[in-house]
Amino acid sequence: MSATVYIAGVGVIAGIGNNTAECLDALRNSRAGIDKIKYLNTRHKDTFPVAEVKLSNDELAALSGFGPDISRTAMLSLVAAREALADAGISNFASLRSGFISANTVGGMDKTEDFFNLFNADPKAGRLRNVVNHECGKVTELVADELGIKNYISTISTACSSSANAIMYGARLIKNGLLDVVIAGGTDALTLFTLNGFNTLMILDTEYCQPFDANRRGLNLGEGAGYVTLVSERVAASLKKPLYCSLSGYHNSNDAYHQTASSPDGTGSFMAMEGALKMAGLNPADIGYINLHGTGTQNNDNSEGTAIKRLFGPYYPKMSSTKSFTGHTLGASAGIEAVFSALSVQQEFVYPNLRFETQIADQPFKPETAFSSQPGLKHVLSNSFGFGGNCSSLIFSKLEA
Amino acid sequence: MYIRSTGNISPQKTFGNAAFPAEVVAHEGNRLNCITPDYKELIDPKLIRRMSRVIKMGVASAIACLNDAGVSSPDAIITGTAYGCLEDTGVFLSKMAERGEEMLTPTSFIQSTHNTIAAQVALLIGCHEYNNTFVSGGASFEHALLDARMMLQEGAAKNILVGGVDEITDISHGILSRFGLYKQGPVSNLDLFSSDTKGTIAGEGSAFFLVSNEASGNDLARLDAVTTFYKPKDFAEVESQIEAFLAANGGLSMYDISLVITGDNGDAKNDEVYHYLENSLFNYCNVLRYKHLCGEYPTSSAFALWYAVKLIGQNTDPATAHTSKIKKILIYNHYLNTHHSLMLLSAC
Repeated sequence: MSATVYIAGVGVIAGIGNNTAECLDALRNSRAGIDKIKYLNTRHKDTFPVAEVKLSNDELAALSGFGPDISRTAMLSLVAAREALADAGISNFASLRSGFISANTVGGMDKTEDFFNLFNADPKAGRLRNVVNHECGKVTELVADELGIKNYISTISTACSSSANAIMYGARLIKNGLLDVVIAGGTDALTLFTLNGFNTLMILDTEYCQPFDANRRGLNLGEGAGYVTLVSERVAASLKKPLYCSLSGYHNSNDAYHQTASSPDGTGSFMAMEGALKMAGLNPADIGYINLHGTGTQNNDNSEGTAIKRLFGPYYPKMSSTKSFTGHTLGASAGIEAVFSALSVQQEFVYPNLRFETQIADQPFKPETAFSSQPGLKHVLSNSFGFGGNCSSLIFSKLEA
Repeated sequence: MYIRSTGNISPQKTFGNAAFPAEVVAHEGNRLNCITPDYKELIDPKLIRRMSRVIKMGVASAIACLNDAGVSSPDAIITGTAYGCLEDTGVFLSKMAERGEEMLTPTSFIQSTHNTIAAQVALLIGCHEYNNTFVSGGASFEHALLDARMMLQEGAAKNILVGGVDEITDISHGILSRFGLYKQGPVSNLDLFSSDTKGTIAGEGSAFFLVSNEASGNDLARLDAVTTFYKPKDFAEVESQIEAFLAANGGLSMYDISLVITGDNGDAKNDEVYHYLENSLFNYCNVLRYKHLCGEYPTSSAFALWYAVKLIGQNTDPATAHTSKIKKILIYNHYLNTHHSLMLLSAC
């Protein structure tokens, strides 16, 4: 059994970079990954800006080592998960009990869409190899096989909070003594299914999104993958490289208000944040930075802001939504933001909330507008809320020197 | 953990005042659809109209399970589903293909997300507690159970609602048939194990369980352990996994097991491992199959667990008609030789 779970490695690919160093460079220099759609073949190309990973499927195949028939979701996952594992520098990995807990919401939908155009006209048409990896779980298995992980392979799908729940589950598998090391996080590729789905909800911004701005218009979708390597105390003690931080708190609550909308008083998000604080044994004032869910929709930012006001007021930590860089990467977002949060608490800096102009009238705080060093930063809270009322919060804490 | 109540909608008469297993329903063809109840008694008719078939099945079996346990709001809701809400996914994909990304409506997109059933149950009963959905293919239900087991061990919950749900749709059946998963030609579910040919029969279902860490004095059975293993290299590894699983649970061996429920699905190749075990590890044990009743699908182990609970409740063994009391049941299943799972139950 391990009382504390540590983060020993991180890996990320997103619209702002193909690895952790590239992403951090973009975050430091306020370089958003949002742009006109280049790779997704959609009618909405000129309407909605998105944060695509800046690689074609062929280029991603070359980078990941997967063949061109494999879903983009799996390719993104493998690139980031492999980085997270290598970064941890675990020399005896093969002899440890390891797990791969990866969240996603689309599975192999990109390939299914290719199949479906033909299949829909003729049920005998369409290449079966394009649907064989449709299921969310298949994407995880493809990547686990490449990483050589066999002991525990699991996939979680709770909409936009998916990878926060994957990280929680991974940590609990270690705490319950079932595993020694877990690569946990999530992945999602941009697909026609999600782009058109969010379009029907009329929450996509036709301009670059402005999370937590009074004049926000909606969200920009993104894609990518983000993973942390979670290790037990025993594994942590055996590593030569310094650990990033501990995962000191987490909590999952349900808003139970509406299938897609968040409650006006932010019940679910309040409970998720409060529960994570309680588990970590912290007071609201101990949190130095909140990596907001901050999608940029009217509804989310009102609800999340109200919950923060209720829990933290009148003294507010630094906060920002890095979705202003990466777009909303759905099932990958909490994984990507866990990587950003781990770097933040380890290196004591906070990220800007790009394009912020006007404070929301009834919210007595505003997000950070510049990258800044924050000496003494000890605890970072990361929020992820999703359809179905699924709300999860994670807390990353600095390790004593 | 203790199983206090169940709710099961399946291709058999398993819901409500269940006629099964005394009465077994025969299905012709390679697709076993669920026998669905009158939902109006369980769900507000205004809500029913919007729900797809799998959401209705999931929500109704979950609510019935809660009602039966007398628990109005559990401390956690955890579901496992390999496919999620296929019908809504198919509707949105078809319309997108037909209308060229224009004139689409949100309902099917909203309801296509894999967590819809867990979310709808939470919404219906106003449950703000832990809510999670596993989509780990053939281990989805088992991973939900493991999550529940850890929560009970952590002291984070007392009563947890856990379910396994998957549906067949015309589209999914069409595609999976092209993969050669199902038997061709006339087939009856009751003859599933007599043909020795390629393919199985498609199934679906929704089975929920209310589990608790405390005995209520009125529990249906005790689930002692659940585990999964992934892509074993050969039959011997399966055998050693089963032995290790039993040994880790109070030093048990097959001599302690009254009955084994196995996941044979009628496909000659798929079932080789079960035949191997019947001639080795399970040699002296009563073995019972279940997929002729519910068909093959990734979360069919939820049906198997329900069946085991039912048998413990009746404490008779229909396979052998011998009358000794069932003390412990082992369930062994695999789905397409990727995820394998073991569950161990005891009579209370």
